[in-house]
Amino acid sequence: MIRDVALGQYIPGKSGIHRMDPRVKISLTFLFIIFLFVGSNYASMGVMTVLVAGILLATGIPLRQYFKSLKAVLFVVIFTSVLNLFYGSGQVLVQWGVMQITEGGVNRAVFIALRIVCLMLLSAALTFTTSPTELTDAIERLLKPLKIFHVKVHEIAMMMTIALRFVPTLLEETDKIMSAQKARGADLESGGLMQRVKALIPILIPLFVSAFRRAYDLAMAMECRCYHGGEGRTRMKVLKAKKSDAVAVIGALLLCAGVILLNIFLPGTVR
Amino acid sequence: MALIETKDLTYIYGEGTPFRKVAVDSVSLKIEKGEFIGVIGHTGSGKSTLIQTLNGLLRPTSGQILLDGRDIWEDPKKIRSVRFRVGMVFQYPEYQLFEETVLKDICFGPKNMGLSDEEAEQRARKAAEFVGLAPELLEKSPFDLSGGQKRRVAIAGVIAMDPDVLILDEPTAGLDPQGRDVLLAQISGYHKVRENTILLVSHSMEDIARTADRILVMNDSKAVMFEDTKTVFSRDTQLEAMGLRVPEITKIMASLKEKGWPVDTALTMEEALRQLMPLLGKGGVPGDS
Ligand SMILES: Nc1ncnc2c1ncn2[C@@H]1O[C@H](COP(=O)(O)OP(=O)(O)O)[C@@H](O)[C@H]1O
Ligand SMILES: [Mg+2]
Repeated sequence: MIRDVALGQYIPGKSGIHRMDPRVKISLTFLFIIFLFVGSNYASMGVMTVLVAGILLATGIPLRQYFKSLKAVLFVVIFTSVLNLFYGSGQVLVQWGVMQITEGGVNRAVFIALRIVCLMLLSAALTFTTSPTELTDAIERLLKPLKIFHVKVHEIAMMMTIALRFVPTLLEETDKIMSAQKARGADLESGGLMQRVKALIPILIPLFVSAFRRAYDLAMAMECRCYHGGEGRTRMKVLKAKKSDAVAVIGALLLCAGVILLNIFLPGTVR
Repeated sequence: MALIETKDLTYIYGEGTPFRKVAVDSVSLKIEKGEFIGVIGHTGSGKSTLIQTLNGLLRPTSGQILLDGRDIWEDPKKIRSVRFRVGMVFQYPEYQLFEETVLKDICFGPKNMGLSDEEAEQRARKAAEFVGLAPELLEKSPFDLSGGQKRRVAIAGVIAMDPDVLILDEPTAGLDPQGRDVLLAQISGYHKVRENTILLVSHSMEDIARTADRILVMNDSKAVMFEDTKTVFSRDTQLEAMGLRVPEITKIMASLKEKGWPVDTALTMEEALRQLMPLLGKGGVPGDS
């Protein structure tokens, strides 16, 4: 089923992470991602890894979901790690013709793998615990300063909201159209390249027709409700940072300071 | 031997995810050749899922579907031939149209079956006639038609494949009352001529009262009743508990019967009139003095 594709989907829940202010969540995710790359020895990287693991557990979402989101990047992780094995210097561990695996190479491979995996897990944790509306709302607020450069922040956020909102709808629609054409004997699975491209026509045309129809309907509905952009628009749910958010921010900053200190006082493994 | 038989048919959406949902729960039933079956149940009761397993669009999580005594999934590569024998018209089928002309769109199914252009066209014209599409519409673009006409084109597209079993998922959804009656009459007309098996899904009892021989009632993913139309309609209290509304006239006749009138279950106004007129002609209420 096409809609089983994990698209960084929101999984409702009641954990503390679910209830955090989305602005704080986004900011902290960015901060942690930066620090994944700041950590340059096993001690500081270890701190970051434990932190990521802690966050995953705190979201209360089955770890299976996280593994699924990793599947997509598994190939990239393995590929880059293996490639990195052969770069680097230091003590030679295995010599094999001109190829050699060095201690530095092993370290690099481990770090790269850890960084990519943690990065994916962190962003999965963010999208799993934050609904698309919350996400775009928060992005709109965080990008607000760009208004002085005449960036249409509200409009961009609205477009993102609408796009995100319609991803599942369009997937569902694709699913339905595919079923309908299969019921009429459309063969989507066999044949050469040209045949397969041709077989897409009965699916793509109805899909586009319906996407345009939806777009017109939505535009009409928005106009009927006097939507006219961000000017003077108030919101129903005003984002409010709570005490727990402040605690999270302070905790995160302390942790980052710790990582920097570990970096300074212990020798770096990779640069 | 039954034409279609299901054995403990179960379908589960999203197995192994937090969104797991049992949509069809161990359904076992037999459908004979030439029957007109009404499938009824409130929204979300699993009707659409059940019928999509019948023509192999969904593969059952467990259980079997036998067509002429053979498991349709015996050879998954041959599933397309099952889809030609068991034709399926989806809900809101008008969204599947894509060709330049109505005729070409109706020909899509027959051509996929490997028929020649002439044969496909011949079938398409006949199918268009069954659903009441005027011949001059056939050269138009399907996107220029009205909603009701588009629906007829889509239904014709499946009828043109001349399936042994025709399944229609809520074909009257969103039509005006008159369009609904006309379409239902055309479907039952087609059934009489072609004498094939039809499954008509609906959430409205009125829709299937006139035409169905037997009714399958789905509730909460389970097949709770599968009996001839009159028997099902006479269980109005049970049906209402499942959120299905029995036609008003059926309820009136049921309460008359309860009061001792010599009447029978009636599904339509005409049937009720036929029973009541003679009684009223004689005058007086039985049991009253
Ligand atoms: N593609 C799908 N993915 C997940 N759940 C689905 C899907 N299609 C239907 N369902 C669920 O399965 C149940 C039965 O749906 P359906 O067969 O469409 O019922 P009906 O046609 O009687 O309205 C519903 O609870 C519905 O939410
Ligand atoms: Mg349905």
